[in-house]
Amino acid sequence: MNISHPAAADKGDSAGATGTKAPPALLEVDGMTFGYNVERTLLDNVSFRIQPGEFVSLLAPSGSGKSTIFRLIAGLLEPQSGSVTIRSGRPGKGGKNSRLGQVGYMPQKDCLMPWRSVLDNAVLGMELQGVPRRQAIEKVREMMPSFGLAGTEKKYPHELSGGMRQRVSFLRSVVCGTEIMLLDEPFSALDAMTRVDMQEWLLSVWEQYRSSILFITHDVDEALLLSDRVLVATESPIRELHEIVIDMPRPRSYGDTVGEIFAARKKKVLELLHFGQTSSSNANRSSAPVRTQPSREEGIG
Amino acid sequence: MIRTYGPVVLLIIVLALLWEYGVQWFDVPHYIIPTLSSVATALWENRGSLTHHFGVTLGEALIGLALSVVTGCALAIWMHMSKLAQRLVYPLLVASQTIPVIALSPILVMWFGYEMGSKIAIAVLFCFFPIAVGANDGFKAVNRDILELMQTMGGSKIAIFFKLYVPSALPSFFSGLKVAATFSVAGATIGEWLGAESGLGVFSKRASGMMRADSVFAAVILLSVMGILLFLFVKWLESVLVKPNKI
Repeated sequence: MNISHPAAADKGDSAGATGTKAPPALLEVDGMTFGYNVERTLLDNVSFRIQPGEFVSLLAPSGSGKSTIFRLIAGLLEPQSGSVTIRSGRPGKGGKNSRLGQVGYMPQKDCLMPWRSVLDNAVLGMELQGVPRRQAIEKVREMMPSFGLAGTEKKYPHELSGGMRQRVSFLRSVVCGTEIMLLDEPFSALDAMTRVDMQEWLLSVWEQYRSSILFITHDVDEALLLSDRVLVATESPIRELHEIVIDMPRPRSYGDTVGEIFAARKKKVLELLHFGQTSSSNANRSSAPVRTQPSREEGIG
Repeated sequence: MIRTYGPVVLLIIVLALLWEYGVQWFDVPHYIIPTLSSVATALWENRGSLTHHFGVTLGEALIGLALSVVTGCALAIWMHMSKLAQRLVYPLLVASQTIPVIALSPILVMWFGYEMGSKIAIAVLFCFFPIAVGANDGFKAVNRDILELMQTMGGSKIAIFFKLYVPSALPSFFSGLKVAATFSVAGATIGEWLGAESGLGVFSKRASGMMRADSVFAAVILLSVMGILLFLFVKWLESVLVKPNKI
């Protein structure tokens, strides 16, 4: 398992995991192994890193242990071997759970408290961190318009649509101010139209705030549209992550999904996932010139 | 208002008429079933002493209910905090409900005396179970995803308890409390039956000794009203304290 991040690759440092010349990654997962029981290992020696300000997607089939990776990074679980390092500069909660409180975790379901208004839900993270209430509310109020939540402060979650609830959930994670955020299939429960809407919205918000994001999804288009890099898991247990750099310019919009670069990168992902095999010989030939940086895909083998 | 309560009011009127004229029609002896009008008369004629007895029984029921909330919640919190307590206490809790409280009552009277104490003790025995079970189930109904989210946010155990477990448990707790509210009246009355100076239980016992069925029914109606009032009070409390709890 050796994935190098782009910075390391640019310097010709092929052994990314030990790359001493590279700037210290914000998140460093090194040789992480985990299984809920002895018979079934979910993660076998998985390594990857995330640089400050990077948007990285983890693409894997459902039920392959993607969410477990997040639970490990967030500090809810401890790896059986290997390590997870977060260089966030904020104090952890001490002891072996030192990662708790260091990453913004946005779970698959919106996880809003039904008995709290939108405003009270959004301040939850800061409340738990001990930020004075007035200050927390002020910060949330300031950010609500850019999240498309203006005027919803006093509403309760059941009065909002699924998309709006996810916005509140994301706002709640963002206002905590962590440098790295983990987003676990946040749009998987939404209908196709709303999902596209939310993806474009996430792009615009992220391009504004630029925190590091690790995004889990099983939607290929979503991963390609949003990310700087896509890590593809092809087998279960997850062993190797195949990296694909999405070198499309930003700001992006949904229109980019019909572009040439997008098509080429998508083809690569589908090949990795063993989809579309029947026409792959033809497709490979026609897309070959577009693959500008084949050397970046290092995980295979 | 009319649409919600109209049918039940109509049903009560029909039943009242059936009672009044059915008893007259079949010529039922007054010591078996008195007519409704004679019950109303008994209510009015004894209004002074009934008010006093009503107050005594209500006091016992309320204190019993309050103590049940304290003991029931304490048990539920203990079981929530300790898995061992859950395994030890929960079966005992269930077993305690299989004991016929009425059979145990004479001993309770010996322990707590003929004063208010024994009535409150019996009311607590009736009430703490639904409250403890309601709160316990409520703690278990907590949303695991929100729990994990709060942990990743670095929330302390105490913060998570008060900000997540308590609000999550409230609906279930109030379901138990509503049941307990009506039980508390029955508990206090049974306590009074076993021997007391005052209270609606004593009043009805004396009346039945004198074959005054009209007075017995008057006391029973007041006890039922008391149960309904306590129930409505808890329901009102719930509407104030419990925010929308479903998505």
